[in-house]
Amino acid sequence: MDFALAKEHEMARQLFKDFAENEVKPLAQEVDETERFPRETVDKMAKYGFLGIPVPKEYGGQGADILTYAMCVEELSKVCGTTGVIVSAHTSLCIDPILTFGTEEQKQKYVVPLAKGEKLGAFGLTEPGAGTDAQGQQTKAVLDGDEWVLNGSKCFITNGKEADVYIVIAVTGKIEKRGKTQKEISAFIVEKGTPGFTFGTKENKMGIRGSSTYELIFTDCRIPKDNLLGAKGKGFGIAMHTLDGGRIGIAAQALGLAEGALETTIAYVKERKQFGRAIGAFQNTQFQLADMATKVEAAKLLVYKAALKKDEYMKNPKTSYSFEAAQAKLYAAEVAMEVTTKAVQLHGGYGYIREYDVERMMRDAKITEIYEGTSEVQRMVISASLLK
Amino acid sequence: MKIIVCIKQVPDTKGGVKFNPDGTLDRGAMLAIMNPDDKAGLEAALRLKDQYGAEVTVLTMGLPKATDVLREAMAMGADKGVLVTDRVLGGADTWATSTTIAGAIRNLEYDMIITGRQAIDGDTAQVGPQIAEHLGIPVISYAQDIKVDGSKVIVQRQYDDRYHVLEAQMPCLITALSELNDPRYMTPGGIFDACKAEITTWGRADLKDVEDCNLGLKGSPTKIAKASDKVRKGAGEKVAPESPEEAVEYIVGKLLEKHVI
Repeated sequence: MDFALAKEHEMARQLFKDFAENEVKPLAQEVDETERFPRETVDKMAKYGFLGIPVPKEYGGQGADILTYAMCVEELSKVCGTTGVIVSAHTSLCIDPILTFGTEEQKQKYVVPLAKGEKLGAFGLTEPGAGTDAQGQQTKAVLDGDEWVLNGSKCFITNGKEADVYIVIAVTGKIEKRGKTQKEISAFIVEKGTPGFTFGTKENKMGIRGSSTYELIFTDCRIPKDNLLGAKGKGFGIAMHTLDGGRIGIAAQALGLAEGALETTIAYVKERKQFGRAIGAFQNTQFQLADMATKVEAAKLLVYKAALKKDEYMKNPKTSYSFEAAQAKLYAAEVAMEVTTKAVQLHGGYGYIREYDVERMMRDAKITEIYEGTSEVQRMVISASLLK
Repeated sequence: MKIIVCIKQVPDTKGGVKFNPDGTLDRGAMLAIMNPDDKAGLEAALRLKDQYGAEVTVLTMGLPKATDVLREAMAMGADKGVLVTDRVLGGADTWATSTTIAGAIRNLEYDMIITGRQAIDGDTAQVGPQIAEHLGIPVISYAQDIKVDGSKVIVQRQYDDRYHVLEAQMPCLITALSELNDPRYMTPGGIFDACKAEITTWGRADLKDVEDCNLGLKGSPTKIAKASDKVRKGAGEKVAPESPEEAVEYIVGKLLEKHVI
């Protein structure tokens, strides 16, 4: 067992760190304050290949691996949670399912421009009545000649209005399973600009405020028959597979937020003086930092382990990374919330002020315990694996 | 077009300079980076590659760990990397270094050689022009803009408050300023390829038309007596004149005293 990073991973980390410091950090506060999608950053990330990191070169990607992708999301999130999730949703939730389940034609048509960053991706599963309970789906897709006709809506969609390609999960019929009637669920690829596909409310969020979170509305939206992703009726499995991968991205985002808050706090407690000395000289501060750093390191090991497990899956699809991804996401998200909250506390009154980064980091951290499967869902996944 | 870019791994002086007890640089205690002027030179070469099509070879002389900067350059887009390393080449001053690099370059085909103006660890600005002298090719130093026109290069050379426009026939050597451009980032795919790529490694035996008496510490006419960090400026003198007239009188007095006026 070797905890040292390979040369390529060390170099990639330095690249992401430099990019985050120079290009992302200067915008983070303004992006949050004004709820502005950082399009110029997305364009720069496209130029440098950040939007197709784990995608094979033959499909327009960088031919790197999942660990490199996770480190990219981590380093971006250290300075801006919004930018981290843009890359995560695009890569894990849109490119990955097409790469895994798409036909060669679909990969050429969609993965190539997505991986090159010419197009941005999103994923629509959640509905007002179907979050954790994916069977609660109401959006329907009906085959009419050579076209599927979509009706319904999706909510809380990351990269919502800014994306060009969307994976949309919809009900295509009913099936009998173990004597019960269940919804048959399928996955589709929908392009922005398709007649009948519009956007609803933009969500006004607590954190990741620069991320474009929208409702997607489908009203007699007709898409080509060929835009069915995977086999008809396999949509639930596709969605669950997609979320397994997405959880590694969100775990990396949470890890980055925790690391960013810790680094910011270490610098602050060396500067801030009370009772004639730096607050870092007080044992309470020291013990808090020790706990924060230890938890961050434990989270990092879980996140990297999950990423390496998915890398193993890419070479051997018989392996599974669902368990590791759930553990990484559960732990990193809870550590992010705890560490950012402590970071605000150690900053005292200043930590509560918008001008200080830890205030934003604490708001950004909360969502990592909720989206792409709440912490409770992660516990369900982990325990189900333990008790099977 | 074939371009050779000479790059150097230098200590990152951002975090301060650290010395060994004997006064030499403690390179192990400082992060190593690609020299900023060299990085601008590499970016200029990569832009020429983007614009006109070119093969870019990066070359460095140093310890085996200097392959790190070669891989970084390749991850930015350079096509080939050459490391010149040998114990007998250690301790070289600018003369021995330029002799060594010229000896390595004689093995390669080139239309243009780009070097940084100077390295942040030595600040001599001598190696680039010396390489050109050894190879018998024209040199244009302090480039702030580089264009290619057929077999010629047209370069803006920085000069105090203006610049000169110079033309040279290729092959030629150009020394680049860090103000020349903003170097691009590496790409993740570029990093993975660079880490797999083979780096050509040459030693003394591979150098062409050079004599041992011009190499390494023995071949270096420069002897370093002492090295030190930048000497900090004193706090200066603070005065609080009572009136503007008094202030003017004081300043003029000082200028006369220093023979400025």
